[in-house]
Amino acid sequence: MDKELNKDIDKTSVKVSNKKWDKKSDKEGNQKKKLAGKTGRQPSEWPRHGIQLLWALITNSYLAGFLQGRIYEGKLKNLCVPGLNCYSCPGALGSCPIGALQAVIGSRNYQWAFYVSGFLIFVGALVGRFVCGFLCPFGLIQDLLHKIPFPKKLRTFRSDRLLRKLKYAILILFVILLPMFLTDILGQGSPWFCKLICPAGTLEGGIPLVFLNSAMRSAIGWLYAWKNVLLSAIILASIVIYRPFCKYLCPLGAVYSVFNPISVFRYRTDPDKCVSCGACARACKMNCDPVKNSNDPECIRCGLCKKACPAGAISCGWKERESLSD
Amino acid sequence: MSRPGLQGRSRRIGLLLAAAGLCLMGYGVFRGEMDIVFEKAVRICMECIGIG
Repeated sequence: MDKELNKDIDKTSVKVSNKKWDKKSDKEGNQKKKLAGKTGRQPSEWPRHGIQLLWALITNSYLAGFLQGRIYEGKLKNLCVPGLNCYSCPGALGSCPIGALQAVIGSRNYQWAFYVSGFLIFVGALVGRFVCGFLCPFGLIQDLLHKIPFPKKLRTFRSDRLLRKLKYAILILFVILLPMFLTDILGQGSPWFCKLICPAGTLEGGIPLVFLNSAMRSAIGWLYAWKNVLLSAIILASIVIYRPFCKYLCPLGAVYSVFNPISVFRYRTDPDKCVSCGACARACKMNCDPVKNSNDPECIRCGLCKKACPAGAISCGWKERESLSD
Repeated sequence: MSRPGLQGRSRRIGLLLAAAGLCLMGYGVFRGEMDIVFEKAVRICMECIGIG
């Protein structure tokens, strides 16, 4: 009799505690649902595009170049710009770091480019791929191209992650090894990445100069045709896939991506505030998940995840905050 | 999800690397690498535009 009574008491207490737990989890669930409900709309990217455009205009403000079909030859060309910006663009005031790296590595006098590699380490260690998100003119062009409506935009595909390793191979082979070892009789190497791949050079330098300069027009050949085919492919791919050049091909993005996990400017996700709604991962066009890794090498620090988070769990900045997740 | 202290360590590594980058830049300038960059950048780069 006592045993049966005890069993009944146990069952009732389990039911009561289950009800309590259900109520608590329902409350939390409702709160999460409420917050997740706020995440349906994609945050605006136009403030960032404004900064990108301003930077592109400042660093390409040599108007005489566009009018006369020539390039700037002043002292500012001693300095590198942080983004991929061809120094043969008629408006360019500074030097492209990838072009400059190849020029020094391929020169007769030097085997390694300490000036340019030091610049890349300095910028990368401070801000990582923030440069890709805010200070790269070719990134801006791809951002704008992706806004063109298309019936089926590709967010990811089967070999997406594997293909992203290609940019590291391009960096090592075309930017470092070929200019270093494939030299002419005088011991000078060519900038192989610029020569065979760089679509920024074709778009920012090649097309305007060929259009404005008759001597250039008479000199075009198969290489110019190849580079235009590649540029066209990247333009078309940019409409369907978000930033295909940055994801798969850009050697500058490859350099900065290495620094993303340790850069001084960084993103943080507060595990206490995070409601695990997944809004940040859904908002990210580079397919990163800030909850798993706030400083993913693929993150271009565009800030969409921060804007999308309904709980304000994602923050970024220069200051150290020990209690937050990395 | 989080490892306390990891962020601070990463940030310190970042600061150290930024300082190292500055030193490398200085060494490169001292070696005269800036002249190569300048010479390349003030002439139209035929390879870059797809002609050379």
